[in-house]
Amino acid sequence: MRYPRPEPLIFELSRPGRRAVTLPASDPVLKPVEECLPAGLLRSEAPDLPEVGQLDLVRHFVRLSQMNMSVDTHFYPLGSCTMKYNPKVNDWAASLPGNARVHPYEPDEAVQGVLALLHRLEHMLAEISGLAAVSLQPAAGAHGEFLGLLLLRAYHDHHHPGQVRSDILIPDSAHGTNPASATLCGFRAVQVRSNADGYVDLGDLAGKVGSQTAGMMMTNPNTLGLFDRNVLQAAKLVHEAGGLLYMDGANFNAIIGQCRPADFGIDVMHFNLHKTFSTPHGGGGPGAGPVGVCRALVPFLPVPRIRCEGDRYRLDFDEPLSVGRVRSFLGNYGILVRAYAYIRMHGPDGLRRISENAVLNANYIRARLQDFYELPYRQPCMHECVFSADRQKKRGVRALEIAKRLLDLGFHAPTIYFPLIVHEALMIEPTETESRETLDRFIEAMIRIARDAEENPAVFEDLPREMPVGRLDEVKAARELLLCWRT
Amino acid sequence: MYPSNLKYAESHEWARMENDMVTVGITDYAVKELTDLTYLELPRAGEVLLAGDAFGVIESVKATSDLYVPVSGQVIEVNAALPGNLDILSEDPYVKGWMVKLRASNLAAEVSSLLSAEEYRQRVEAKS
Repeated sequence: MRYPRPEPLIFELSRPGRRAVTLPASDPVLKPVEECLPAGLLRSEAPDLPEVGQLDLVRHFVRLSQMNMSVDTHFYPLGSCTMKYNPKVNDWAASLPGNARVHPYEPDEAVQGVLALLHRLEHMLAEISGLAAVSLQPAAGAHGEFLGLLLLRAYHDHHHPGQVRSDILIPDSAHGTNPASATLCGFRAVQVRSNADGYVDLGDLAGKVGSQTAGMMMTNPNTLGLFDRNVLQAAKLVHEAGGLLYMDGANFNAIIGQCRPADFGIDVMHFNLHKTFSTPHGGGGPGAGPVGVCRALVPFLPVPRIRCEGDRYRLDFDEPLSVGRVRSFLGNYGILVRAYAYIRMHGPDGLRRISENAVLNANYIRARLQDFYELPYRQPCMHECVFSADRQKKRGVRALEIAKRLLDLGFHAPTIYFPLIVHEALMIEPTETESRETLDRFIEAMIRIARDAEENPAVFEDLPREMPVGRLDEVKAARELLLCWRT
Repeated sequence: MYPSNLKYAESHEWARMENDMVTVGITDYAVKELTDLTYLELPRAGEVLLAGDAFGVIESVKATSDLYVPVSGQVIEVNAALPGNLDILSEDPYVKGWMVKLRASNLAAEVSSLLSAEEYRQRVEAKS
């Protein structure tokens, strides 16, 4: 189905007096609102809200949703974001009445099942990572980073009082959230170079690590889709200086079940449940970024901790060294249920197959496209592969045009212009959930684009053409952001 | 494209020296690579920076990048008009598009690590 016209804004559909839902008159006689609230809190005019009938309202939002690309409708190879399929059984588990209708203020005794599920999930994540304990509180990956760094700071303040450990070392291939989290936490983000193979440059690291080092944040596999073979030496350098090693677990789906971060020197890490553990992503729902820690950091974990005593569970607030709460209640519970369901559904063998297939799919794409696009790091990759559109750029076709052309060919675009150390980067992550046939269709589209760039660059003008809207003015949107409806 | 009276850093900043006063901006190549610019953050006058320290942030539809001072010194003046009119950077990156003026503290020792226009041009052309 084509899109006949741009969908009007909900405000443009508004007609005075229309309602989506009409409430019956209240049975008991209510006090007038003027008697309930002080005059200063009352508004004199009704708010300017859209007035729309229920059917028009439903059609409006259904039509908008149909204009979206999503994992349920399209192949979505967004590198660094792991847009894997979210199994529907996860949603069933989260919508069970004992999960969906539980109230956050119910006492511990009334929610034993909830506490049991969370306690088991903590232990599963600890076992998978090899770490000693896990907090499920952080509401997203970056929130997990922030907590991880708070724990680092608490550890140093406790064990090395009076020392100034100001630096967090971060490779130049890192996600932008890493330096942002370090800065927000009051540290100085110090960049470490990558070497020609895409791994941490140990010489550069050795020159920057020292008594001022609080820790290092590594993403492994890194954003080039490469398992950093220097991780053991990097861990040694950081540990010898008294620092701790943080792992950004964004790419954990590439190694889950194959190796445990604790075994390669990681002291603290976050898990993106919305990536590796298949919970909804981005606009699809709230995230969750649990943090796992080594034994030395356990006393600093947020309260409340969930304790299991015999067959009873309770919340324990009595941890004097704790950094305190980082999230209301018990985190994004509905998301945690989905991750729990996913882990239980797969078991250890299934989790191993996830990483095997994620790596296999990425290498299949890498091998079939490497003659058509430049591949700056040529070794086998993990769960994603990073090409450069430099060859196409010489013909006037940048990574941006390739991305727009893919939209018209029926695929969500990959991540472009990241990681920053690759020129004209095209970062492709197929995930393990895609079939060989889907990968082949995508590869054929990419080959067609590479040929068009050589032979027929005119097809790249004014893209996209088949989408509900044409090329959006990103500069105007960034410079003149206007979010309010005005008549 | 790369004026010969300026010195250049590998991270694409240029420096104009007048005694110990050093004016800093970013090169025409950097502006073109960033494509459409959306945001620029500059430091306050008075800040003391070491060579290689970030003095600001520039953002485009493509990427967000730190801006690094090529030499150590104190920020004396900031081009306050620039963040509100980023088109200046595409039109005139070397004169009107200047970003900060520094009073350099260690110029004689640091200047040798900067590139000449010809050296910078060769690096950039090797990349593209």
